Amino acid sequence: MTTVAATAAKTARAAKPATMAQALQRAMRDAMAEDPAVHVLGEDVGALGGVFRVTDGLAAEFGEDRCTDTPLAEAGILGTAVGMAMYGLRPVVEMQFDAFAYPAFEQLTSHVAKMRNRTRGALPMPITIRVPYGGGIGGVEHHSDSSEAYYMATPGLHVVTPATVDDAYGLLRAAIASDDPVVFLEPKRLYWSKAQWSPEAPATVEPIGRAVVRRTGLSATLVTYGPSLTVCLEAAEAARAEGWDLEVVDLRSLVPFDDETVIASVRRTGRAVVVHESNGFGGPGGEIAARISERCFHHLEAPVLRVAGFDIPYPPPMLEQHHLPGVDRVLDAVARLQWEADS
Amino acid sequence: MKKSSTTVQEPPGAVVHRSTPPPAWQPRTDPAPLLPDREPYRVLGTEAVADADPELLLRLYAELVRGRRFNAQATALTKQGRLAVYPSSTGQEACEVAAALVLQEQDWLFPSYRDTLAVVARGLDPVQALTLLRGDWHTGYDPREHRIAPLSTPLATQLPHAVGLAHAARLKGDDVVALALVGDGGTSEGDFHEALNFAAVWNAPVVFLVQNNGFAISVPLAKQTAAPSLAHKAVGYGMPGRLVDGNDAPAVHAVLAEAVRRARSGGGPTLIEAVTYRIEAHTNADDATRYRGDAEVEAWRAHDPVRLLEHELTERGMLDEGGIRRAAEDADAMAARLRDRMNADPELEPMDIFAHIYAEQTSQLHEQAVQLRAELDASAEPADDARGQGEAR
Repeated sequence: MTTVAATAAKTARAAKPATMAQALQRAMRDAMAEDPAVHVLGEDVGALGGVFRVTDGLAAEFGEDRCTDTPLAEAGILGTAVGMAMYGLRPVVEMQFDAFAYPAFEQLTSHVAKMRNRTRGALPMPITIRVPYGGGIGGVEHHSDSSEAYYMATPGLHVVTPATVDDAYGLLRAAIASDDPVVFLEPKRLYWSKAQWSPEAPATVEPIGRAVVRRTGLSATLVTYGPSLTVCLEAAEAARAEGWDLEVVDLRSLVPFDDETVIASVRRTGRAVVVHESNGFGGPGGEIAARISERCFHHLEAPVLRVAGFDIPYPPPMLEQHHLPGVDRVLDAVARLQWEADS
Repeated sequence: MKKSSTTVQEPPGAVVHRSTPPPAWQPRTDPAPLLPDREPYRVLGTEAVADADPELLLRLYAELVRGRRFNAQATALTKQGRLAVYPSSTGQEACEVAAALVLQEQDWLFPSYRDTLAVVARGLDPVQALTLLRGDWHTGYDPREHRIAPLSTPLATQLPHAVGLAHAARLKGDDVVALALVGDGGTSEGDFHEALNFAAVWNAPVVFLVQNNGFAISVPLAKQTAAPSLAHKAVGYGMPGRLVDGNDAPAVHAVLAEAVRRARSGGGPTLIEAVTYRIEAHTNADDATRYRGDAEVEAWRAHDPVRLLEHELTERGMLDEGGIRRAAEDADAMAARLRDRMNADPELEPMDIFAHIYAEQTSQLHEQAVQLRAELDASAEPADDARGQGEAR
């Protein structure tokens, strides 16, 4: 029954390069179109379309009651979202920049994360908290934090972070559909990364909590997520010259944590490096390395290593390349996995 | 003071529909009509009492007596170890009762930890209201069923919730008003500011009632704010501020009723400061003698909300000795029922600590639940079982 014109239009739209920012916008747009309970709110999300244009066009299409420019107050944004969720709405809030989310921390930890538990399931909190995070875009201070460890340490929250255009759409749809609060960490430096992507036939909506093997390999596993995925894939290519066949696991979800995929990979390869750009001390890598060590001890040929940002406040933009783990630092770690030779 | 002083004069431009906001460069309205009166509004002992509904006055009295008795009983239960803690609202019952009675069934109440009485006066089972303070569970009731948010322990954080809920209800076209309760200390918190600002900008149908009981634990109001009154804070947000005698139950009810009507009719939020006093210590863990003298407390006892209303009703021939006795007996019976029910040990299920963390349990939590189950099963086994003896040999 498909008309020629429709087919042509679909072909024209199919598999065009799309950015992660566009995929995120499309996810919100589709969710809002399907469910009138979905409301977007935050500073600058309306007429401006967000400082990264992720909410571009939503206010025009759905009205200011559905995509609302709020006063500049993160605790107020998230706190009012709690009340909206109590009344049956599904708020999607934007925190604009990672370090700007901190004023909302009390609402997040004391109410958003605990409300379901406090009320024995009577008041679920279907709130999506979008936090553009991480460095690499030359932002001045307070614009480049990787705050995932704080969120991971709070029971009651889901913490997810896409690294591909497909996942940006699929995971955000899943986050908005979730009856639990989801801290949705958007890697800023991947906002403009492009992929062949068809908004007409978007990727499957990913269930939250499943990691994916992005590259198969036999000699070691790189466990990573979000902005560090591209670094790891590049490192894996470069390592081939050294004879390393690296597997790359993209976690996608930090909470819940996909032990199964990570353990299966490390048991196959016998070696693991955890790579992320947030601080190493007290960071996600410590938890991940411990989980691997507890479950894969007899399969390991070397200690689990971490490649992370230094334990410093995020440096000024002209120095950030020295802080962010790059391909060379990952390759150095891989070289150190030659445990038997070294010891 | 005349009743007219609480009749909110609608200032030009104050009732602004959200679709037609004033130009940003113009002040929203002349701030003068938003300012509270210099003296708290009173009904008892003034001509305004003649206009008050006699049925309401008697209802307020009965609830005040029950509330006073409830506070005494709950305080006794802390001494018996039946409650982990009880922040008494003795002296503040007029605020609590008025807050509960002013709302319609579909409206929402957002209480703080000291507002057990308001929750009970709204009709909630007292045992459910005390669940948090008993330590049985965090919230003892379904907030949606009763339109009562969980008792909030962090200060002022429930205020933005009230704003968000009221805003959501208005977007849906529902006739719902949210009433949020907060103490004087809570007005210093950032969430208080953000909630009032959002409420005014969104013109949300929400009413904020500050129970100024003089102290934030030990810190007196003078060290909390330099504002002329807490009600003055409203002006900066573009909403009316109202000052009321918090020990005068019909006055609190009248001012709240006016604000609720205003919110319901699309007139936006109101900030009300009720000046009252916390007769008891902050909680049973607090020693109030370290920061205030007996003379001050005694002066406030003379302004007791229960006695004030009782005196007025007696003077007017609406209440006699028999009526006072019946109210006391009714309150005693309520306290006896409460005592009996609270003296029964709650049935706790340890595995409940893993319930309701997420809609679907994560594999991590599942493993931990299995661990606790095994620990519970092991501790339930008889000590002298055959396996244990076998190992001993």
